[in-house]
Amino acid sequence: MPMAEMPNIVPALPELFLAGVIMLLLMFGVFQRGGLNDNDSGVFRIVSMLSIVSLILAVFLLVPVAGARAVTFSGMFVTDQFAVFCKALVLIAAALGIIVSQDFMERHNVARFEFPILVVFAALGMLLMISANDLISLYVGLEMQSLSLYVMASIQRDDNRATEAGLKYFVLGAVASGLLLYGSSLVYGFAGTTNFDALATLFSGGHEVSTGLVIGIVFILAGLSFKVSAVPFHMWTPDVYEGAPTPVTAFFAVAPKIAALALFLRVMIGPFGDLLVHWQQIIVVVSVLSMALGALAAINQRNIKRLMAYSSIGHVGYALVGLAAGTEQGVKGVLVYLAIYLVMNVGTFACILCMRRGGRMVEGIDDLAGLGKTNPMLAATLVVFMFSLAGIPPLAGFFGKLYVFVAAIEAQLYALAIIGVVASVIGAFYYLRIIKVMYFDEAIDHFDTPIGREMRFVIGVTSVIVVLFFVYPTPILSSAAAAAAALFAG
Amino acid sequence: MLDLPLLTILTFAPLVGVLAILIIRHDDPEVVAMNARNVALFVSSGVFLLSLLLWFTFDRTTADFQWVEKVAWMEDFGISYHMGVDGISVLFVMLTTLLTPICVLASWTSIKDRVKEYMICFLILETFMIGMFCALDLFLFYIFFEAVLIPMFIIIGIWGGARRVYAAFKLFLYTLLGSVLMLVAMLTMYYYAGTTDMLELMAYNFPIEAQKWMWLAFFASFAVKVPMWPVHTWLPDAHVEAPTAGSVILAGVLLKFGGYGFLRFSLPMMPEASLYFTPLMYTLSIIAVIYTSLVALAQEDMKKLIAYSSIAHMGFVTVGTFTLTTQGIEGAIYQMLSHGVVSAALFLVVGVVYDRIHTREIAAYGGLVNRMPAYALTFMVFAMASVGLPGTGGFVGEVLVLVGAFKANTWVAAFTATGVILGAAYTLYLYRRIIFGELTKENLMKITDMNRREMAIFAPLLFITIWMGVYPSSFLDFMHVSVEHLIDQVNTSLAQSGMLELAGR
Repeated sequence: MPMAEMPNIVPALPELFLAGVIMLLLMFGVFQRGGLNDNDSGVFRIVSMLSIVSLILAVFLLVPVAGARAVTFSGMFVTDQFAVFCKALVLIAAALGIIVSQDFMERHNVARFEFPILVVFAALGMLLMISANDLISLYVGLEMQSLSLYVMASIQRDDNRATEAGLKYFVLGAVASGLLLYGSSLVYGFAGTTNFDALATLFSGGHEVSTGLVIGIVFILAGLSFKVSAVPFHMWTPDVYEGAPTPVTAFFAVAPKIAALALFLRVMIGPFGDLLVHWQQIIVVVSVLSMALGALAAINQRNIKRLMAYSSIGHVGYALVGLAAGTEQGVKGVLVYLAIYLVMNVGTFACILCMRRGGRMVEGIDDLAGLGKTNPMLAATLVVFMFSLAGIPPLAGFFGKLYVFVAAIEAQLYALAIIGVVASVIGAFYYLRIIKVMYFDEAIDHFDTPIGREMRFVIGVTSVIVVLFFVYPTPILSSAAAAAAALFAG
Repeated sequence: MLDLPLLTILTFAPLVGVLAILIIRHDDPEVVAMNARNVALFVSSGVFLLSLLLWFTFDRTTADFQWVEKVAWMEDFGISYHMGVDGISVLFVMLTTLLTPICVLASWTSIKDRVKEYMICFLILETFMIGMFCALDLFLFYIFFEAVLIPMFIIIGIWGGARRVYAAFKLFLYTLLGSVLMLVAMLTMYYYAGTTDMLELMAYNFPIEAQKWMWLAFFASFAVKVPMWPVHTWLPDAHVEAPTAGSVILAGVLLKFGGYGFLRFSLPMMPEASLYFTPLMYTLSIIAVIYTSLVALAQEDMKKLIAYSSIAHMGFVTVGTFTLTTQGIEGAIYQMLSHGVVSAALFLVVGVVYDRIHTREIAAYGGLVNRMPAYALTFMVFAMASVGLPGTGGFVGEVLVLVGAFKANTWVAAFTATGVILGAAYTLYLYRRIIFGELTKENLMKITDMNRREMAIFAPLLFITIWMGVYPSSFLDFMHVSVEHLIDQVNTSLAQSGMLELAGR
């Protein structure tokens, strides 16, 4: 490849666009802000609006690269249908994350214009992760995302819990990055290359691989497991979820998870795809542990954000079932799962963000008591999300589980499938408990009404998607299938 | 036959009612409640009238599925929206459409709180129940089968009695655990056969080892639904805590899901495994019949007693199903239908006095015949039907099952037959304690007999109970060809795998 030439920038158009937007918005924010007050909702509103618009524009910029696989920047960057599917999810999640944060940020005096920019920054990092075709670009993307997330976790810097969450996240995240980097260096040491395509060719023979290489892969797995908060690398999740401001938690629960799982898929299926026998058992164990812990540990939670943290651990476990299968069907299952997970979780967090009493946020599950009487519409939608998270048909959550379990059965992982479905029954208990609190218990006090316009929009759209997913599932299913096929073709 | 997607209309028409109820807005909650009741009654009665079309147009001479609709749905997976009824399922659809308006009527005055949501729940429930009996695709079936839990959980949890939360959770988690195991088995079926179409799956021969595991997984789900001993314990709790109409639907329709499932899945799709596990089924069923009858004898709570009697009666159904004889299977279906009507009616009977006195304790009653002659008569007819007196629907089902059982295994028949005697014992004992004797209790002195609404509820059920008893062929004609076909299917498959000799047939 002639290195002196200008690299083809078309495949990276959305990323370049976002990078430009970030710089412009930063300048705009800095110059607009006369004083140095923390809470300047005017500028915050404008920057948020522009960020949302550019994230949505970036989705459209994905269209020109949606076709074939393209590699650029000296093999560091790849784009294919898989990348496009995951990037679209991430961008939508980021845009929704900004939308649901508006009201909260203004009420809590943290309406800083940096927040939406940080979200876009994180989104850019995620896009780079998804498109990584080299262990180096993987690391760069991952760090770009993580550093933005650390700052976001403690954006409410006067709040003890938020700063604690940020610090915890940072220290543990740095350890995980270290593990990942160490694994990458081992892989490089034993394989002599960091490029995914080169690694894939190297392993395709089916001959024995050295132990050092396998150790390297295990380290990479550990680092990635941390990022998706799979057991046994999940410890940070409940604390960070509980401590971070709620809209930030909402963002954490969705976009970084999707990006990290996409990266997980890309790394495991791409360069290490032929080493399935070496890593399959690890993923199976991680998946089983995540499902079990997610189901059991959530039972006794009193704080709804903590509960959602355990719930997300469980959901990562289900998604990893698809990866454990290591087949195209499995990858498709994961992608369908992620798409549905995005909708359910954004909706649920939007509901949580509406839990406001006398101007203050409440987070206890008991605070939901009697919601069925006091705010019937909000309660009804939360019921929909809870049943969907529990995986009860005909709601969307069921189809997500269905597709990963199909893959598990086809890969003859019967035990994994049975453990998974049993865990989902245990998990159903705590989702039901929320419904019980809302409908079967007596009301204590009602939440502030009306809920904001943006919230009503987000909750409305997501709940309609969750309820009516079964009517016309083909678009998501077929694009997920195409994305999975692209990953295996490449 | 008319060119009309009748089953789709029947299934989803209740949802139109839901929409109508949702758009009711008024400042006065009483008006909203009244409108919700009216809409629910109107829609569910309309669905019942429409379902009469099934009765009149159903071709009783073929085992093929009728009113079939098939539309591709999730093509990557081969899942289609495939609906149809045959002689086994058609009467269950009618049972559902009959009981729903009755439930709405039965809740007319007893439900005062959140009437709108209550009616919405019942209409959604009707959609899922009808869809379940019509579904001819594995996953379509599963979706309806499990979705039923959502409205049922809410109905028991919100409008139930004192321990409603416990009962609702128990019902939900018990059934969910069973059905997710069934889901794994369904996925395995898809993995082997590469299709989710139930008609193709019935023709497919699964390897025997795999069949046994799949059979157990299906068993886990259906046995909980039936419910069979020892996984029956959710039922008494659910029945006691549920509002009257909830109990009616639970006993009338939801329990039939299990029996229907055995007929639709276990027998035709896994015949070898069914044969292999027949002794297990016999044993559990006989234990259910005898044990729960004895437990029923000792109950202090009317609803609990009827709940236990339901388990005993469903024991007959599982015995009949696995005799693999025409009489046995027809008897099982007949028993399910008559039990659907009779036990539903018995719960309504309990509801009548519960609405007046607000207790279900048997000891709180006595001598009601003095003040409530019409009530006593109604109760007697249904009690006799529950006992299986000739001339009532219960008799036909029990006799057919016993005939089938005698053909298959005399001991099984002998043990099962004791259930008839025990059934008479606890039912008559219940009847005596409530209806006969001196009217001594202070609060019963002013009790009033049934009003017109209540009579209107019981009239159709009385009529059908007697009709089923005196002229059973009008019902048996529906199922005869389909049952023969089912047995043929099973026997052909057993003959192919050389297990027929083992069965001694």
